[in-house]
Amino acid sequence: MSRQMSSARVNVLLVVVALAIVAIIVPHSNSFVILLATRALAFSILVMSLDILLGYTGLASLGQAAYLGVGAYLTAILATRYQIGLGWDFWAVVVLGMLLGAALAAFFGLLAIRATGVYFLMITLALGQCVWGLAYRWNSLTGGDNGINLRSRPKFGIDLADEVTFFYLVLACFAVSLAMMYTLVRSPFGRSLTGIRERELRMQILGYNTWLHKYIAFIIAGAFGGLSGVLWAHTAGIVSPENVVLTTSVDALLMAVLGGAGTLIGGVIGAIIVFGLREYLSTLVPWWQYVLGAVYVLTIFYLPTGLMGIPERIRQWRATGASKDRAKELASAPT
Amino acid sequence: MNTQFWLIQAFNGISYGALLFLVGAGLSLIFGVMRIVNLAHGSYFLLGGYVALTVIWTTGSWLLALPLAALSIGIVGLLMERIFLRPLGFDPLRQVLLTVGFAFLFQQAALDLWSGNNFDITPPEQLTKSIVVGGLYLPLYRIFMIGTALAIGIALWLIMEKTKMGAAVRATVDDAQMARGCGIDTSRISMLIFSLGAFLAALGGVIGGAFLGIYPGLDFEMLPLAFAVVIIGGMGSLGGAAIGALLVGLADNFGKALFPEISYFTLYAPMALILAVKPTGLFGRE
Repeated sequence: MSRQMSSARVNVLLVVVALAIVAIIVPHSNSFVILLATRALAFSILVMSLDILLGYTGLASLGQAAYLGVGAYLTAILATRYQIGLGWDFWAVVVLGMLLGAALAAFFGLLAIRATGVYFLMITLALGQCVWGLAYRWNSLTGGDNGINLRSRPKFGIDLADEVTFFYLVLACFAVSLAMMYTLVRSPFGRSLTGIRERELRMQILGYNTWLHKYIAFIIAGAFGGLSGVLWAHTAGIVSPENVVLTTSVDALLMAVLGGAGTLIGGVIGAIIVFGLREYLSTLVPWWQYVLGAVYVLTIFYLPTGLMGIPERIRQWRATGASKDRAKELASAPT
Repeated sequence: MNTQFWLIQAFNGISYGALLFLVGAGLSLIFGVMRIVNLAHGSYFLLGGYVALTVIWTTGSWLLALPLAALSIGIVGLLMERIFLRPLGFDPLRQVLLTVGFAFLFQQAALDLWSGNNFDITPPEQLTKSIVVGGLYLPLYRIFMIGTALAIGIALWLIMEKTKMGAAVRATVDDAQMARGCGIDTSRISMLIFSLGAFLAALGGVIGGAFLGIYPGLDFEMLPLAFAVVIIGGMGSLGGAAIGALLVGLADNFGKALFPEISYFTLYAPMALILAVKPTGLFGRE
């Protein structure tokens, strides 16, 4: 037990150090890297929110982009039509975005939570497509296929138009989200989610209202999805149906699995790798998408626990190696 | 909005439904037999169209392109099932992600091989004419689509209901474990059904390419529609797929004509509701 505690502390320390390094190094690199890191961090809030469902509750959602979408569209519509959210009221938009994401999830969850496994995948896909359909076709509200361009970023004491300042804002939001989600999954509530993932029936027999647990997790994930959307709108400067489309949901799912489901921080690693491949490799070689596809296929075949699972695998491999050695010693030892 | 409008829209909806049936029937059978959510199904549709284009460019024969494209994509599906999906075992999430990985690979391959341009598949001249029925101009090509879907639907139904092979497939849909216990080679059935699904989707791509066009991104446009067909109709049910395709075809056409702003919403919202109430779809078996 104490060893586990200390290893958790070491992990937290590692993440804090890594974040500090990112905070120091990224602003000193070129603007391309800053943009890349900002994008990956903003998007990875969505990936982590999905990980609460996927990795901790065992619900694979194929419609998580919907929550990013409502957050992003809310930000864009308020900013371009009503000039709201361009000053101090940016924080009001952040709260509104989270509330809207949570409200949408509360509504969708009523329909979806009862389903399990493949059916949960399908129904979240359908719900995600509903939001996409509205974004794509409701021209008067969403600008249809063209989307909405955000002309300026908020300015309140600090000017977020500056890429480095904005990067710090996104990094801060990311760090706070990560801390909140980490606290959540380690709370008794989070533990019961893991229990549901492992064996829902047993949790029901123990007297847990598993539906309610899943429903609340779904809403929390929706809220963080909304936050991710608000940040994404200002990161990309444009909000379009592209952000809500099925492939964006799939991207989030792949990033979570690539990094390692059930680790939260794995989602960031997945996001950095995918964004890196997509934005950096695509400037170098025309066949970058083969690499991306191959990474997915190979991950699923050889790394079902994701990149975060590698240390554990090495440890296991060493342990079996050691026990084999000992077995050999014992076998060769004179009787 | 007179009767003519309604009739024309209904006709268009039905013919679009015929196309959707080709894509959805395979997806439904694949889901029924293997419980796999195949996100590469739209890619088969698109690749079918591209292969047909190549055949048409080299031989000039549309009639030859139809079977060649469908067969070659059927083989692609077969290989994918054998080499990648089979060893993966049963885990919905990993299967889904694997098929997405392939969808991306196919997308890139299509871009490399056929460039990013928009193409049209030109059907033979005899099919581009229209016939006049009761004052309505009906394009022959759309009638041909309905006819093809009908013929394939009936053939599939006969195979499923009247042959021993079909009985084995139905048994696998109902209870794969039990079917295995009775000595049915479910692995072989999975292979055949997966490849049949790819075959049908590619056929749909060749036929649909004439009025949808063939372009990058079509794969992920068709995919959710195919899922709507499967979900509304019920997974693993052929009759369900037919009704689902008809409903989706009509809903899509009338939605776009009557309330364009929320047309996709009117398509996917019922789909979500049906799933919430009856997860196996309207006509799916429990």
